[in-house]
Amino acid sequence: MAEPGPLLACERLTVDYGSEGGRQRAVDDLSFHIGRGEAFGLVGESGCGKSTVALAIMRHLGPNGIVANGAIRFEGTDLLGLGGEALRRVRGARIAMVYQDPLSSLNPVMTIGRQLMEVPLLHRTADRATARRLAVQALADVELPDPEALMSRYPHQLSGGQQQRCVIAMAMIAEPALLVLDEPTTGLDVTVEAAVLDLVDRLRRRRGTAVLFISHNLGAVGRLCDRVGVLYAGRLVEQGALAQVFRNPRHPYTRGLLNCVPSAGANRQGRPLTPIGGSLTEAARLAVGCAFADRCGHVVEGLCTSRPIALASVADEASHVARCVRSESLPTFAWRQASVPQPAARAATETILEARGLSKRYDLDGSSIAALGGIEVELERGRTLAIVGESGSGKSTFARILSGLTGADDGELSFHGQDIARLPIAKRSRDLRQRLQMIFQNPDSTLNPSHTVGYALRRAAGRLCGLRRQEADAEVSRLLKLVQLPTHYAQRMPDQLSGGQRQRISIARALAAAPEVVVADEPVSALDVSVQAAVANLLKDLQERQQLSLVFISHDIALVRYMADYVALFYRGRVVEFGPADAVFAPPYHPYTQMLLAAVPDPDPDSPRPRLALREPSAVQPGGTERGCPFTNRCPYRIEGKCDREKPPIVIPSAGHRIACHLSPENLPHDLVGAFGGAALS
Amino acid sequence: MTDIADIATPAPIAPSGQGARSFRLSTAGYLGLAIILAWAIVALLAPVLALPAPNASDLAALADPRPSANHWLGVDLSGRDILSRTIWGARTVLTVAPIAVAGATVVGAVLGLCAGYYRGVPDSVLSRVSDIILSFPVIILYMIILTKFGASAFNIVAVITVTKAPIIYRLVRAMTLELREREYVAAAQMRGESALYIMLVEILPNARGPIVVDVCLRLGYTTIAIGALGFLGIGLPPPTPDWGGMVRETYGMISIYPHMAIVPCIAISSLVVGFNLLAVGLRRRVQHG
Repeated sequence: MAEPGPLLACERLTVDYGSEGGRQRAVDDLSFHIGRGEAFGLVGESGCGKSTVALAIMRHLGPNGIVANGAIRFEGTDLLGLGGEALRRVRGARIAMVYQDPLSSLNPVMTIGRQLMEVPLLHRTADRATARRLAVQALADVELPDPEALMSRYPHQLSGGQQQRCVIAMAMIAEPALLVLDEPTTGLDVTVEAAVLDLVDRLRRRRGTAVLFISHNLGAVGRLCDRVGVLYAGRLVEQGALAQVFRNPRHPYTRGLLNCVPSAGANRQGRPLTPIGGSLTEAARLAVGCAFADRCGHVVEGLCTSRPIALASVADEASHVARCVRSESLPTFAWRQASVPQPAARAATETILEARGLSKRYDLDGSSIAALGGIEVELERGRTLAIVGESGSGKSTFARILSGLTGADDGELSFHGQDIARLPIAKRSRDLRQRLQMIFQNPDSTLNPSHTVGYALRRAAGRLCGLRRQEADAEVSRLLKLVQLPTHYAQRMPDQLSGGQRQRISIARALAAAPEVVVADEPVSALDVSVQAAVANLLKDLQERQQLSLVFISHDIALVRYMADYVALFYRGRVVEFGPADAVFAPPYHPYTQMLLAAVPDPDPDSPRPRLALREPSAVQPGGTERGCPFTNRCPYRIEGKCDREKPPIVIPSAGHRIACHLSPENLPHDLVGAFGGAALS
Repeated sequence: MTDIADIATPAPIAPSGQGARSFRLSTAGYLGLAIILAWAIVALLAPVLALPAPNASDLAALADPRPSANHWLGVDLSGRDILSRTIWGARTVLTVAPIAVAGATVVGAVLGLCAGYYRGVPDSVLSRVSDIILSFPVIILYMIILTKFGASAFNIVAVITVTKAPIIYRLVRAMTLELREREYVAAAQMRGESALYIMLVEILPNARGPIVVDVCLRLGYTTIAIGALGFLGIGLPPPTPDWGGMVRETYGMISIYPHMAIVPCIAISSLVVGFNLLAVGLRRRVQHG
């Protein structure tokens, strides 16, 4: 039935952004195609032009976006030549798009039902009854519970995952031939991300919809796509089938991207992450030769930079192309974590921080929500305790109590025997403040935009160590060197620094007082993958050299495995599992740990890939679970009448390893497929 | 460990237009600044300019008070030179308005910082008081206070300070409520900074953009207020040259000698427009930076 030729063919597409200072090239001579029913992934760091491609396809480039050259053929017609009514017939009906933030795609003052019905009413001239039937069906197709009831809900009444499902339903309701997904899961928790990706995968296979998936997350791309293209500085540097590109990457940039993500099986003793040096500069966009040359470890002066480099096919691999002159001379690519025999985990030291029954409640519209419900964790000297959890698990509240920015309601937090659970920062002694410092999450707000870097560091050194002006100046230089920044950065203002550099300053500031314990609240989550690796390595290195005790808060399991000696899994304000990292990430698992581990996207095509039916949390769930296990509603192993009523007992599978679950130790899940493998797969 | 992934190349310098703290305005902003500077310069130079004394009556000129070679903008009903009185009047406005607005800004900013930073009871009390002041019709408030305590320069400054401070207070309070949640404020708390330091050094500098814009707008409105006070006869006591007072003394003659009232009116309007244009220019700059 299908006419010959690809569904979408991007031919030599070149897009510029015009500004006062002239034109800036965003996409440079990009060609790729997507066949019917095929899933194509476009990968790259921020600023590489991947979103511009999506916008060009949707013809949403805006007034300063100029298509300088090329064509985008969709079912044989050039989209760039379409206008008005013809464009409208394609856009939304034949090509649909899902953006990153579901809340900006949904109209907050319209019910989900009305928004869904708009699509068939506009595109298919269906009557209201048919439109309504289609809308309900679409909601059922994206596996949302009780679609009829959902029709009359408003977007804010749904959780993030449910909102994104509604946006996907809206995109799919017109039965498009091509679905464009621009970072659709970036703001979502790992389990929700995995569930949404699996849903898209099932939908496209059932409907035969082609997918263009744009992402910086190689694991997510690996989960969904048949073929991938890697974009750098607006140029395609490598393209091929997923297995070809991920197993045998022939461009150094692709290799760099693959090497700077901790893989799902990594652990603390594994080899360090290899960040990509340098950053994407404006000069790279204009380079005659290879745009990646100034960051590449394999560069040969003259050969790589003197003339334009064409995409060349990789020997013995059909349809695999790479834009690298040295493609064939690169060494064989090995996945970093090739199972090296692991040295034993580091020996236990003394416990310096201990939480016992730590609880905190917040008042919200009259009702009170338990942010923390009896936290029990310990931190040993010189070790890293990772706190893992989804959003709303209470991990940031725990960090704020530790740092004294808020007080606990109940329980005890003992630091060298002193209870600091209800000791606000203003009442803490200088000695205590010096010993317990914090690294913050957001690179945009961690430094005061009105102060220079030097001022921020000098002030920290002065206040916490009582240094005089000249000593403090010397200390600033030492701190900058410590975080591997040039000393003249002391004169810079924060807006002259990149996100990674700001996080380095934030780390330096926390270390100014040579603290014993540092609380790092998602220190790298806002950074690009390659920068993430560099900052994570720095933190791990400093921790080992300075014998810091680190409380590392993160939602990224792969990163936690890479960083942690001990892991505490938070779920809705409770610790469901705690223990040495090796014990937590090995069987037996808490059912929640099992779900989290299974959801971690792993780009390695050869790693076993459990496909689980993942349940998402419902939007709001006040009270309810406080008596029983907080995970009851999503747990496939739940024992009705017990899990939702009684507080789970602590199971101790091995020394120092605690699991809060009603299942007996032998009944706890022992693999990642477990009871729910395939159960709800349709 | 030599991973210097994000430092090998110089970070982008601040986006264009913002410059490295360079001072650039839009055309409207420069126009406003030019008007204000022009008034400021003539006001400063008033004693050295070859002008008749502002309160000297030239009774001979009363025969034809319209503009002439001796009196470029004519004379008023008492035979006083209008150009001279307008320029000397600028001295009054350009002294009283900045002092009054500065007072309002200091009072409003300090109270706004306290309310936004401490929240709770201080915030409730201060916000209710500011609501009460703002709910009064200002002109009636001016009349009550100035007729009770007398119309002196000090009282005018005081009454404008009291009525404008709540507006600045609201702005600074809202900014503080937002800025106090920034991580750099938490970092300052964690190194044991005092509340005063956090308010003045960590929070206030980041609120300065909107405050400067608002101060500009307040200067414009205060110019109007001073004019209104003069017009109502509760401004600076005569014979001090005062734009509002000049209008009040001559508006009865507007059908016969329109220039007497129109000149000071134009003076007031131009200065207000100047302040507003400068505020617009500054606001653009604040939003882009």
